[in-house]
Amino acid sequence: MTGPTLEATNLTKQFGSFTAVHQLNLRVEGAKCVGFLGPNGAGKTTTLKMFTNFIHPTAGTARINGVDVMEDKRRALEECGSLIETPEIYPALTPREALSYIADLRGIPSRDRTRRIKEVLDEVRMTEWIDARTGKFSKGMKQRVNIAAALLPDPQILLLDEPSTGLDPRGVAEVRDIVLALKRQQRLIFMSSHLLGEVSDMCDEVAMIDHGQLLAYDTIENVTNRVVGEADLVEIGLAAAADGNLEARLGAIPGVTLVTRTDARKFTLRFRGGPAGQQKLLADLVNAQIGLLSFTPATSMARLEDTYLKLIQGGY
Amino acid sequence: MATADATAPHLDRSLPDSWTQITRVAQYELLNFARSRRFIVLLGITGAIAALFTVLIAHYRPESLLVGPIAFYGTFWGVAIAFLVDLAAVFFAGDAISGEFQNKTGYFLFGNPVRRSSIYLGKATAAFVAGLLVILIYAAVAVGNGWYYLGPPPMVFLESVAFSVLYLLSVIGVTLLFSSLFKSGAMSILVSLLLFLFAFAVIEDVIVALVHIEPWFMITYGSAIITNVINASYPAHIVHSHPFGLAGPVTTTYTATIPEGVAIMLTYAIVGAVLGYLLFRRQDFT
Repeated sequence: MTGPTLEATNLTKQFGSFTAVHQLNLRVEGAKCVGFLGPNGAGKTTTLKMFTNFIHPTAGTARINGVDVMEDKRRALEECGSLIETPEIYPALTPREALSYIADLRGIPSRDRTRRIKEVLDEVRMTEWIDARTGKFSKGMKQRVNIAAALLPDPQILLLDEPSTGLDPRGVAEVRDIVLALKRQQRLIFMSSHLLGEVSDMCDEVAMIDHGQLLAYDTIENVTNRVVGEADLVEIGLAAAADGNLEARLGAIPGVTLVTRTDARKFTLRFRGGPAGQQKLLADLVNAQIGLLSFTPATSMARLEDTYLKLIQGGY
Repeated sequence: MATADATAPHLDRSLPDSWTQITRVAQYELLNFARSRRFIVLLGITGAIAALFTVLIAHYRPESLLVGPIAFYGTFWGVAIAFLVDLAAVFFAGDAISGEFQNKTGYFLFGNPVRRSSIYLGKATAAFVAGLLVILIYAAVAVGNGWYYLGPPPMVFLESVAFSVLYLLSVIGVTLLFSSLFKSGAMSILVSLLLFLFAFAVIEDVIVALVHIEPWFMITYGSAIITNVINASYPAHIVHSHPFGLAGPVTTTYTATIPEGVAIMLTYAIVGAVLGYLLFRRQDFT
């Protein structure tokens, strides 16, 4: 059985002489979370807007579950919830009314509507404001209601454009929990973000874009292995500033492939050998008596960050 | 945060047809109007004009008005209705589209499986219903007064009410065009108001005075049937006169016939609304 799909074929958008998205080809299929990464102006939001009919492509097609969004928006978006930019909610309406509006447009039967609205508002912790007018809400509160609106129809696919924007740290953590829960419910989540930690924690795959062109799309592990290699990274801190030849000494340790000095007392080491190699490296560093103060293996986020920077800076 | 139950079933929902979605958009747009200050302001203006006439007539009992229903409705209704329709249409349709872009509320609505045509028609319907309410309130006050002094309203008054409803449609059509043209709500409201309250009338006068042709393409010319119909006899279509004596120049006065007026207003309504939709359909949310 085919799962939910998103497919861009030669998707292009030009604003005058500026090409925001250039012949983007991308097919995402199945229940998973895909992080959509790229610097400001890379074309992330423009791509998401073309998938949701906010923007018309100059060329190419954006299909959701096989349906061209331009040709049949109703059918294409029927199984898709979205949160693009930071929408404003009609200020005179309350969250209950605003979500009822969406429920009416989406055809959520009246017997389920009240329950469902309460469920999603509870999920974003806005139940206590259910009958207050949204015009007085803070940006973070509005964003919570927007997330609730995207979740309301319980869609197969969620397109999220930097969903944590405007949220406090608790809100960011809550968004992460929601996305992880949706993954367990077999949804396809396609999410643009600047927060590499967020993507690394939540996403199975990553698509990277810059200057409107897709640079990479694969699982996070495959993309990072391809770009920064399978070698692992570790950051070490020293008790005192290192002398001039320490870099060479560190590079001579078996398994170490690259040494980068990050400041007077910190180095990043790239090494091979996986967990066993890491254990041996720690032992070698202790034996080398270099005044080792800290030994911090790089997280998948650090590897993703390294990958991101290499791809974006054209170093790959 | 409470996380959703992993085994929760998908909602049993079924996408409504486009007509149902149009009525839903209209319904919530009306709710928005009802809560907004501009609706209260417009009702206040309507009430103030109606109250002014009611009080002045009750106090002064002017013979010129109370001589008969034609004179009464020609003044009570004819003087104010076009102004009220202009205000209502511009208040309710002026930022119907531009406001979605300017205020970013479009991002809340347009990402749903609803055609842009449904959103457009829903907003036009809401503006029409709200404007109709203003017309009916003012008509009810006029009829109440007229009935009290002179008995039931004449048939021509009902015709005039029907023409003002048609005029409402035409002003909404043109206003939606400006609302789709501009991405600023204030700009679309201002341009529409200036056009309907001043510019069209001035252009019509200039055309008649300088070019001496029938201004059949001007909406103000067509909408004049709203007041012209409340006459003992309908004014002649073309009248040549010599205001400065027989030796002086001939002045020609044009009055739209009823079919002409209806055609002009219908054309403005349809062309304005269709052009507005075509613009709106092409617009990007950038």
